[in-house]
Amino acid sequence: MKITRTKAFKVFFTPIWESNPVSGQILGICSALAVTVQLKTAIVMGLALTFVLAFSNLSISLMRNLIPRNIRIIIELTVIATLVIFADQVLKAFLYDISKQLSIFVGLIITNCIILGRAETYALGNPPFLSLLDGIGNGLGYSQILITVAVLRELLGAGKLFGFQVIPDAFYAAGYVNMGFMVLAPGAFIAIGLIVWVQKTVSKE
Amino acid sequence: MENLISIFLNSVFLGNILLAYFLGMCSFLAISRNLDTAIGLGLAVTFVLSITTPANWLIYYYLLAPGALEWAGLPGIDLGFLKFIIFIAVIAAIVQALEMIIDRYSPPLYTALGVFLPLIAVNCAILGTSLFMVERNYNFIESVVFGASSGMGWMLAIVTMAGIRKKLRYANVPAGLEGFGISMIIAGLMAMAFMLFSGITL
Repeated sequence: MKITRTKAFKVFFTPIWESNPVSGQILGICSALAVTVQLKTAIVMGLALTFVLAFSNLSISLMRNLIPRNIRIIIELTVIATLVIFADQVLKAFLYDISKQLSIFVGLIITNCIILGRAETYALGNPPFLSLLDGIGNGLGYSQILITVAVLRELLGAGKLFGFQVIPDAFYAAGYVNMGFMVLAPGAFIAIGLIVWVQKTVSKE
Repeated sequence: MENLISIFLNSVFLGNILLAYFLGMCSFLAISRNLDTAIGLGLAVTFVLSITTPANWLIYYYLLAPGALEWAGLPGIDLGFLKFIIFIAVIAAIVQALEMIIDRYSPPLYTALGVFLPLIAVNCAILGTSLFMVERNYNFIESVVFGASSGMGWMLAIVTMAGIRKKLRYANVPAGLEGFGISMIIAGLMAMAFMLFSGITL
């Protein structure tokens, strides 16, 4: 059997493109917009979310036969909140500047619909290994959108990537001006709208 | 007083939690198809925010903040890292309690708001407002004003959006852009309009 046909492969790769959590399932856009002014913060946010999603899926899947049905939401939220606190403390300890810039959006991973959604629809009914892969796949799918938006916004808005100037000085000398609009909130909405448009048109063919 | 008015104007218009900080987007996109449900959800969010924000203020400054446990003889303890889990638990508990109280004392209000209350517990606007309240060091009165006016700002945005979407039914939208894509672009245009208020200062 070829590796591309295995179930694990499918579980891992479908959410990255076809049923991407942000553009395909419209989940978790809150934070996708707010942290994408710079590429740096977007990548850190993507990693933090992938970490939380992978381990919440794993631990909920391990406990799936023990959780009583009517209090499952509270249990899921507790698991997620614990992982988010862990991620937040690690960021504060090792990446203090970025953690300041992300401000409340690390905490808001708790209410990010992707995580609760995957726990409800996938981890509660599937074995741990597949759930872990599903978590990582969805996390990467989310990060991919985040990074695309961030590249667009930082490149067009500030002419930089990772804080380094990318657009050569000669352009500015020739009259090129940074698009300040992309750095502001409306720029994020419009960037996401356009990305969804491109993705829908491409995947239809 | 001036300070409070400025918090009010800022959180309704310029720093609108939905259009400037992107909080509560999921329900914003899901519910804004119908004007009446949009108004209902907006009222429910405003109501819940005006209660949970001050409640979380009290819990944070009397139990969790660095040195907050001084009244219990434990001045050296900092439980600040617990705020995420405590806030979400408080919000879920208050929403649940509100649902029962409204159901018991005001059936008409329950029919109007009841269906939205469970949705609200996981709305990031509610948790986000509490976290902003901590980050911006508001005092108690300010947290009351901030909670209520954030809710009003959110309601203003979702009701406007529902109105625009109603008109959109007759518009000719390109195929790939229908649904989610065009909603994001409309939200972008609305955010731009709200930014025009940035001249207002007190």
